[in-house]
Amino acid sequence: MINLRRNKDLAAVEGRRIGLDNVMTALAFVLLLVIVVIPISMIIYNAFFHEGKFTFNLIVEQLTRSTTLSSMWNTIKIGGLVTLFGTIMGVFYAWLLGRSNIPGKKLMRSLFTIPYMFPPFLGAMAWDLLLNGRSGYLNRWMMQTFNLSSAPLNINTIWGIVFVEVSYYFPFVFMQVVSALERMDPTLEESARIAGAKQGTVIRTITLPLVVPAISAGALLILISSLAHFGVPAILGFSQGIFTLPTRIFAVISRSGGSFEGIRQAAALSILLVVVVALALLLQRKVLSSGGYDIIKGKSMRPTLINLRGARIPLFILALVTLAVIVMVPLIMIFLVGLVRAYGLPLIPANFTLANYTRILTTSGTLDSIKNSLILAISAGIISMTLGTLIAYVVQKIKPRGTGVLEILSVLPYSIPGTVLAIGVILAWSGSLGINLYNTLWIILVAYIARYLSFSMKTSSAALLQVHPSLEEAARTCGATHTESLKDITLPLIRPAMISGFFLIFLPAMREVTTSVLLYGPYTRTLGVQIYSLRDAGMMPQAAALGSVAIVLIIVINAIVNAITADRKGV
Amino acid sequence: MAQVQVQLTNVTKRFVTKTLGDIVAVDDFNFEVYEGECFSILGPSGCGKTTALRMIAGFEDLTEGEIHLGGRPVSSSRKNLYVPPEERDLGMVFQAFAVWPHKNVFENVAYPLRIKKVQRAEIERRVKEALHHTSLTGLEKTYPSDLSGGQQQRIALARSIVTNPKVMLLDEPLSNLDPHLRETMRFELKELQSKFGFTIIFVTHDQSEAMAISDRMLVADMGKIMQIDTPENLYNRPINRFVHSFLGESTFLNVVIKDGKVYAKGDMEHPLDLEAPPNAESEMIMATRPNAIELTADKGYQTHVQTRIFLTDRTEYVVPIGNQTLKVQTPHRITFAQGESCSVRFVEPMWYPVEDPEAEKERQRRQLI
Repeated sequence: MINLRRNKDLAAVEGRRIGLDNVMTALAFVLLLVIVVIPISMIIYNAFFHEGKFTFNLIVEQLTRSTTLSSMWNTIKIGGLVTLFGTIMGVFYAWLLGRSNIPGKKLMRSLFTIPYMFPPFLGAMAWDLLLNGRSGYLNRWMMQTFNLSSAPLNINTIWGIVFVEVSYYFPFVFMQVVSALERMDPTLEESARIAGAKQGTVIRTITLPLVVPAISAGALLILISSLAHFGVPAILGFSQGIFTLPTRIFAVISRSGGSFEGIRQAAALSILLVVVVALALLLQRKVLSSGGYDIIKGKSMRPTLINLRGARIPLFILALVTLAVIVMVPLIMIFLVGLVRAYGLPLIPANFTLANYTRILTTSGTLDSIKNSLILAISAGIISMTLGTLIAYVVQKIKPRGTGVLEILSVLPYSIPGTVLAIGVILAWSGSLGINLYNTLWIILVAYIARYLSFSMKTSSAALLQVHPSLEEAARTCGATHTESLKDITLPLIRPAMISGFFLIFLPAMREVTTSVLLYGPYTRTLGVQIYSLRDAGMMPQAAALGSVAIVLIIVINAIVNAITADRKGV
Repeated sequence: MAQVQVQLTNVTKRFVTKTLGDIVAVDDFNFEVYEGECFSILGPSGCGKTTALRMIAGFEDLTEGEIHLGGRPVSSSRKNLYVPPEERDLGMVFQAFAVWPHKNVFENVAYPLRIKKVQRAEIERRVKEALHHTSLTGLEKTYPSDLSGGQQQRIALARSIVTNPKVMLLDEPLSNLDPHLRETMRFELKELQSKFGFTIIFVTHDQSEAMAISDRMLVADMGKIMQIDTPENLYNRPINRFVHSFLGESTFLNVVIKDGKVYAKGDMEHPLDLEAPPNAESEMIMATRPNAIELTADKGYQTHVQTRIFLTDRTEYVVPIGNQTLKVQTPHRITFAQGESCSVRFVEPMWYPVEDPEAEKERQRRQLI
């Protein structure tokens, strides 16, 4: 008996810590190696090594092509413009809805987060239907009405792409700044007033500088997202030969028909895209370098609101019009075109039919795509949530040697464009390492997990930081083993964060296009891919109908999420 | 003598830090705590008291030495033995209460019993009893977030007594409460102890709290044990200047000893009305309490009142002595006006050697960690 307990204790001592911690740490490292390190290494290897020898040839070859250079330039131009306008718009509306006496603030604030949920490629599709240079509904109407010989507006341009991306990316800045404004200590502004500063001076010298970290964080999100974005430039740019690096990579892959040469070219282009993103990150850091301020308190306070006086109603109308243009118009357009008998017919009730819906809901390919997306989104959600929480626990609580590496590895895929990740996954898991997942759902799942791991890792980390170590220790002194204290105390406490982490993954995964468009096989189309292909095949009404289904699915799921998370006991 | 419940033998804990190098958090701790005793570990922050408690609880392993609980070795560097906290059968109350926010009062208190797979009816009975002893009856279904700090602390207490542990570890359990509540809880804690007969090890930096509650106290500084004794002895016979200044108010006087007479530094003409201690060095520090100095009209060292402050239950005077000043506290009935001449006499002062200036530096370094 005594010997038995000695041995058990010795085992515990030899690892310095309890065995479970070691298992979790090892698991975290192995998983990140498989999910993140291998695909990324495969890209680097294929871009720089030819027949086992190191070479820059492939990169140089790409850099000397004018198509590559113009794609790079387009990527940078679009990314910069989207970030600039998105940030201005986000800050303006955050201030308007957070700090002024504009009517209906609460409702407006939740309405302004809708564009965040709206799949950008569906928005691009809707605007293409309206403002396509040749056949857009709005363009044709204007040409007829005003007797114009050519289309007055053309969405299939760089500026069109920038417009659509800004519409759906400005909420990144908007949401960050609104919450920073909410949590800011109002006495900071009040003391500036006491010191003699006018309202405008306070905004300029106190409020804005204090929310700079929030603005900068949001702008960074916009920049990374826009540089890596595939959907909008693919839908609006292809017809006019406007390519960005992500769409160029897609074009190279699809033109080569999956040949290895094509994938190697894509790998070289991927490296260039990563370099662009990395440079953008560096530049961003230089331009907006700012330390974190500690003035923003966690508690919600009642800030003084600014009286807009005469501008109150005009600004209110401006906000409504903005919402109408970026949310309602595309939404209505998608729904209406989904009902029309044939693309191009006027949008009047006589031309409406439900045939598109019956057709897509009876085609096995389309139904399969919905099923595939559901399977992928749910499994990616569950798996990433579990792994993210595991890694967060290791990073926050166990803190083994190499914690920093672990942390970087798990958030790395977030700043790596989805297109690049997809190329890495193709290179790693289509046979070259002995495992071939190509043309199966598994390969898409692996890519999704890598892509979304950081989401759940971040939410779980934040939640774990709130769990004071003494809560687990109290359970230990009550006689609970390490495993029991995890199960009974820590997990229940972070469960709400895990659930919201799941939906943070589930929702974007449902509408994912960027990686799946490179990874799908004949039987593994996802919802986004199917909409994209229907549209590509010229079946606009069916694509719009399926788009409507996707939007309804997203709205319904979102409503369910809100209902679930609303009535949870605050911890 | 009662049975030994907790025993630390040569316990040492070393940490390696990146910025400040090696640190010996606990340096060769040796002490025993007896059954039914209330034993406090007292010291400023960085003195190693919390580390010592966490080693007893099993949250930290020790670098060297051995810890016994109830005669059973639980941590030992020599035998390479380490018993995890859940197998040490302790009760523990944390500074931040550590009440689980997702469990109601009943579930919080029932948890240790559920872990031990106690029968349902027995759990009901014992939780009810624990709640009764901590005046929480009726709040079973309430969640901690709806309760006050004092009530949350009672949940933590109820949770730790429900298994009837032999040893109770308290890590500054009262410091998050307001002063009035603190006194009440202190009293309730002693009541519980006399009812259940457990041994308490109490960690605090609050000397008055420790004195009020403890049978014996350990004063530590910079990882070393300074003195272990009863509160009375610690207050009246502090072993060094640190312990003297840590417990109660102190006044220190630098003195010079010459020909068996004691002079305040700066005045070698008028000796103090005191006998030099045996084996005195030529320069020493004389330590006393402000309320242990007699202020009279004639007997003793002649000086005058420099400042007079009228406080609620005493009068405080500052009097110059040599090149130093001295703080004296007297009952209100003894009154001297500002500027009035007076004499001071010392009652049983303590004598300490002059302190090494390096020690103060080391103390500050440790505070950074």
